Amino acid sequence: MGFTWRSAALPLAIFALLAAAPFLGFSQGWHFTMLARGMVYAMAAISLMLLVGGAGLVSLGHAAMLGVGAYVVVVMDHAGVVEAWKVVPLAVAAAAAFALLTGAIAIRTSGVHFIMITLAFGQMAFFATSSLALYGGDDGYTLYNRLELFGTRALEGRMVFHFTCLALLVLTWALVTALLASRFGRVLRAARDNETRARAVGFEPYPYRLAAYVIAGAIGGLAGVVLANATEFVAPAYLAWQRSGDLLFMVILGGLAGPHGALLGAFAYVLVEEWLAKLTEHWRLIFGPLLILCVFFLRGGLISLPQLLGGRRDG
Amino acid sequence: MAEPLLELRGLRKSFGGLAVTDDVSLTVVPGEIHALIGPNGAGKTTLIHQISGTLAPDAGAVIFAGRDVTRLPLAKRARLGLARSFQITSIVPSFSALENVALAVQARRGSSFRFFRPAGREAALNDEAMAALAELGLDRRAGLPAAALSHGEKRQLELAIALAMRPRLLLLDEPLAGTGAEEAERLVRILTALKARYAILLVEHDMQAVFALADRISVLAQGRVIASGRPDEIRADAAVRSAYLGDEDLPEAA
Repeated sequence: MGFTWRSAALPLAIFALLAAAPFLGFSQGWHFTMLARGMVYAMAAISLMLLVGGAGLVSLGHAAMLGVGAYVVVVMDHAGVVEAWKVVPLAVAAAAAFALLTGAIAIRTSGVHFIMITLAFGQMAFFATSSLALYGGDDGYTLYNRLELFGTRALEGRMVFHFTCLALLVLTWALVTALLASRFGRVLRAARDNETRARAVGFEPYPYRLAAYVIAGAIGGLAGVVLANATEFVAPAYLAWQRSGDLLFMVILGGLAGPHGALLGAFAYVLVEEWLAKLTEHWRLIFGPLLILCVFFLRGGLISLPQLLGGRRDG
Repeated sequence: MAEPLLELRGLRKSFGGLAVTDDVSLTVVPGEIHALIGPNGAGKTTLIHQISGTLAPDAGAVIFAGRDVTRLPLAKRARLGLARSFQITSIVPSFSALENVALAVQARRGSSFRFFRPAGREAALNDEAMAALAELGLDRRAGLPAAALSHGEKRQLELAIALAMRPRLLLLDEPLAGTGAEEAERLVRILTALKARYAILLVEHDMQAVFALADRISVLAQGRVIASGRPDEIRADAAVRSAYLGDEDLPEAA
């Protein structure tokens, strides 16, 4: 699962398209909003992929990591702190701390129990933010400005923000790709496929899984910061379990073979959703069955499509 | 006799009312193959589980290299030098044969909390893993996904993983099970060669192999050790013959 040009071709193509998009006519405000949304979800999906695909930990509470990151932006904004170099590390640390505390308990379980426990922690975070009357409670909190970069309003510029998102997305992809190929990633993958074997050669999976959970949480927190700044609005709905479900779906839709699957899955999800919503207001009636068909016929996810069409080389 | 490397003291394990391990005591000394035989259901695998740490005994103690390891988990015992193979082959199917072995090398060479350098390109890990594969004659298959290997090759791969751990004691649970005659012969040759370097506790149904390899044999029946001794003593033991219901399983002395 190391870096190969074959698995990097797709991400590099997507990154190139994203970099070129503003110059190819996609420069309306809503284009930027849509692309930012895609990039945020791609970051979140890639971090979730580290857990689901890498460690075999199916989390249904990943939206809470984004929520913690987003709410740190809110809390700091309310306190008048808007400098990115202060807010971003704090948000990432908060999400990592949340992941450490909840993961330390959740990772003691496995399978369905792990799913339920992550769901429960996610819902706890959801209700906690709903009760924050100071920050708008259920109604959410409007950010009137984006974070400042060294005291400047640079991030208000569409182009600067677009390329900041892109840089963070590339960084996330490179990081998760490297992690999975490292010694650390090898232990995660071995324990995912055959836990007894991992133990029998001397690896206790728990600390490795917990570290993966914390790293994924930290990246999720970073994605949450970007999400808050992209939409300039934060609400408890960001932490709802449906959001976690969407993220999980993106990961599975794209394919679990590598971070490029989550990347593709996130953009496919966001773009198809956007396109269908324009087509009809009953778009969910089409979107649902479409997702079901994908699960049925694309076992390896969208990234297995070329092999599937090219003669089912490796089943 | 030398100081035992492994010593079981009065090990007991029951499932419900059934005593699967009933007051088992035995030793393995450095440089010997101690074979454990017995009819199906005698409790051989359950005993191996308790020695390796996958099952906790109800009573008794497991002493390894002078240390009481009875309460230590599997991973910790592995790091102390206790390597085991499984009756049902246990490998990482999605890994290549090489990566399966490299994982074992990695476990004892430095920290695995290393996040950035690709493990697949660490020559130190790969070279050692390749050497272990070569010892089993699997070096030509190193790049194949483990799932694509034949049954016999998977058994050999598991043994290569155990060797790559550089253990002090090998616990082998039916390493010959399901292998063809030719592969079995190869494995017996390999085990004979390994004997000089490792103490081995061998569970095996192939009596030909057991009597060819073992320095000592213990016979387990209904969870109890009913006989223990040199191969010729075991061959002559009346209780053993009756435990096997006839004696066609026990090869005659050559």
